[in-house]
Parts: sequence; C-alpha cells; structure tokens
Amino acid sequence: MASVPAAASVWPRARRIAWDLTPAVLFLVALLVGWEIWVRARDVPGYLMPPPSDLWQAFLDQRGTLPGHTRTTLTEATLGLFFAAVLGVVLAALIASVPFARRVLYPLLVVSQNIPVLVLAPLLAVWFGFGMTPKVLIVVLIGFFPIAVNTADGLLRADREMVDLVRSMGASRWQVLRTVLIPSAVPSFFAGLQIGAAYAVIGAVIAEWMGASSGLGLFITRSQRAFRTDQIFMAVVLIALISIAFFVAVQLIARFVMPYRHVTNSTN
Amino acid sequence: MTEVAVRLEDVRHVFPGEPPVEAVAEASLEVERGAFVSLLGPSGCGKSTLLRVLAGLIEPTAGTATIDGESTVGQPGLAAFMPQRDLLLPWRRVEANAVLGAEIAGVPAAEARRQATALYERFGLEGFERSWPGQLSGGMRQRLALLRTFLMPRDTLLLDEPFGALDAMTRREMQEWLEGVWARDGRTVLLVTHDVDEALLLSDVVYVMSPRPGRITARIEVGLDRPLKTGDVTTAEFVELKAAVLEALGSE
Repeated sequence: MASVPAAASVWPRARRIAWDLTPAVLFLVALLVGWEIWVRARDVPGYLMPPPSDLWQAFLDQRGTLPGHTRTTLTEATLGLFFAAVLGVVLAALIASVPFARRVLYPLLVVSQNIPVLVLAPLLAVWFGFGMTPKVLIVVLIGFFPIAVNTADGLLRADREMVDLVRSMGASRWQVLRTVLIPSAVPSFFAGLQIGAAYAVIGAVIAEWMGASSGLGLFITRSQRAFRTDQIFMAVVLIALISIAFFVAVQLIARFVMPYRHVTNSTN
Repeated sequence: MTEVAVRLEDVRHVFPGEPPVEAVAEASLEVERGAFVSLLGPSGCGKSTLLRVLAGLIEPTAGTATIDGESTVGQPGLAAFMPQRDLLLPWRRVEANAVLGAEIAGVPAAEARRQATALYERFGLEGFERSWPGQLSGGMRQRLALLRTFLMPRDTLLLDEPFGALDAMTRREMQEWLEGVWARDGRTVLLVTHDVDEALLLSDVVYVMSPRPGRITARIEVGLDRPLKTGDVTTAEFVELKAAVLEALGSE
C-alpha cells in the first residue's frame, strides 16, 4: 500500500517544516521578550499593557470558565462552517448547472458581499435571542460566499475534453457529474473552504460581542469591563490558536480527500 | 460478403461561427468488421472531426454516420473513442482510470477489474496499478489511455492520433506494440493520423484526405504481409505504397 512510503516520509517533512518556521518563531520570541522587558522597565500599568508572562497566569486563573466558552465558540464556528459549506455547494451546483439560476443568483451574491454581515448581528439577536443560532448564522453568512464562488468556478472550468470523453463512453448526466465535474471542483471547493475557515472563528467571536450567554467573545467583553487586559490578551491568543487549528484541519481533510495532489513523480 | 462496421456517407460539417469554418466538405468511407483502417491527412483537414462524428460528439451538418448500422448522430457510446490527449483523470489511480469506460458502459466492477488485471502486463503497466496518472511517463500514460479504450465493451475502436504527443522513438515502439496487441484482439479499428509510415504499418486500408475543407481523395489497399516491423519501411513494396500515398496527399 502507498501508506508505507507516505508514513516513512513524514519525519523528514516535519523536520523541514520546523526548519522553515525557525526564523519566524525566533522573531516572535524576540518580540515577546522585548515586550516583557519594556513593560517591566517602564512600569506600564497592567490594565493598559500586561507583560506576556501574566497571560499564562491569567490562563491558569480562568481554567474553570475557559473550556465552556471555548466549546461554545468552537461549536458555533464548526456548525457555521459546515452549513456554509452545504449552502455554498448547493448554490454552486445551481449556478453551474442552471444558466437562469446563474443570471439570477450571481449578481445578487456579489452584491450581498457589500452588506457588512457583522452589522446584522444585533438584528439576528433580536430575531433569535442570545443563544448559538444567531452566531452560527453569522458564520454561515460570512463563509458561504467564498465556498459558493470557488466551487461554481471549479464546476464551470472542468476540462471540456474530459467531459466529451466520458460522454463518448455513453455517460449519463449523472455519470458525467460523478466522474468528471465533481472531482474537478473538489480542489476549488477546498480553496473556498479554507477562506471560510479563516473567517469562521473570528466571525463567531465578533458575533458574541453583540450579546451572548457564553463564548470567548463574551469572555472578552466581560474582561474588558473588569479592566482585565491580561485576560483579553490571553483570549486573543486562544482564538488565534483555534483559528490555526481550523486551518490545519481543513488542510488535513483536503489532503485526505485529494491524495493524488500530494504525490511526487516516481517515474520520469 | 463482408460486413461493414463503420460507415460515413456524404458527411459534411461546418462549424458555426464568424466566419463559419467548413471542416469537412464531403467524406464517405467504409470500414469492414475486424479491419484496421487509417484516415490520413494533413493537420486541420477535418479527420478528427469525422472521428468525433462517429463518437457521437458532433452532429454533422449533412450526411449520415453509422456504427453497426446504428446512427451515431446524437448517440454517443457506440464505439470506444480515444481522443488525442490521454485525458486520464488525475484523481483516479491507474486501475480506476483503466476501467472508466467499462464502468460507464455498465460492466460490473469486479468483471472490469478482472479484465484489466489480465492486460496490465501486455500494456506495460504491471506494478503501476496503484499509481496516480501524474506519476506515469508519457508513453505509459498513452498506453493506459489505450487500455481504457480497449476495456470498453465495444467492437469498434476510434483512435485519434494516439501517438501524436510522443517522441519519435517511443512512437515507433508503440506502433509495433499496437500492431501486436490489435492482431490478437481482432476488433475493428479506425485510426486517424498524419503519419504516412504509421498508417501503412498498421492498416489494411488507408483513406487519404485533402487539406481543409477536407474531402477523401484516395482509398489505398495496403495488402502487405502482417505483422510488419518498423524496419519494413524500407522494403520495395512499402516504398511503392508510400509513394502512392504521398501522391494522393499532394494531388489537391
């Protein structure tokens, strides 16, 4: 099986990635050290700018409440991204297969992107309350567009000659879709999903600012009112880490779904 | 009386556009069942258009095209068609690409796989069944595309310059190889090419086409003893036939 050489190549790969990241990591560490020294030397008050070493303490202090908030935000972002993907794919299929739908939907979709979705958050709170639903909706509204546009593009730009080939084999519409059109669009779908994933966590957090009963966004607004700047910074770091995890997860799924994109030429 | 497998009658095709392009002015040809026939002509003479008509991908402006007596107009799937580009699906492994045509034609998956397994060695793909097309060399890709065509449950093969993209040496190798594979197969083949040697080496009959707008200008019976080797291109009979073909090509 091909998994054997793939597994064997993981470690050199990991080492190369680590090597590539070293300068960035060193720079980050230097920044943190500089920040720490500057804050301590100038005696900057903690509510304005806490030293980075305080963030860990803030994390430990909030150990009890953080898992709940994190779970809420993660759930909102994941559900939102999932429904954004479903909606995006349905719209892409309509745009790509029904010319009339393309003429109706495409301009509206583009125009809709000029509506600042986050401004809709208070409205959604009025309609759906302070639970998860309005946050999930915000994430869907932010995320479906790049997925729809990319996937539609992938479907429309499938190789005409490949389509002709399977048609010459006597393929039905469904067989053309299954053997050529859908696989052609998968890379574009993942490109769109990647963009959606980048916005999903941020979208959920900002939606929580407008009123929530739980979530990292709520945690930030509460910390702000208590002048706990260290907690805000700590939440920012946590949100960034979750965003990175989303990015990596999408990459891993893409890799799993499209293994052919990650092979090196073994013959010339 | 011999049976006709492929027939084109007074086919004319004009591609709509500004200005419209007349690709084929008038073409009629017949391929007997089990024969290997080439359609030879310069680039752009409409020979590929004729093949696509037979594959059911193009509706001709006028005339009829039939395979085993059935009209191919608006009815793809009567013959196994191999386009110029190999068009392997990059997201399918070699084994899944090989059975694509069979799968679409409704051959049960296990049966198609069994047939493919029996042919990998003959097609020089043994050991590469689990590879991705992106990992194959040009010659292997072309052989896989041929295997895919062979595995379709159809009696007629339509090959559009199957070796056009290969270098001269691989090409000679592949021609000799195809001659061997086809001789053991016994299906009807219509091959489109612009290579005179290739047409004469492989075919029983060569149809010669004029430049665009294409029309068929000659039908030449090859009648050489098979199998031919690529070295036979220097024999007296071969050279004589080649002269006849070249004259037909230049007669317009």
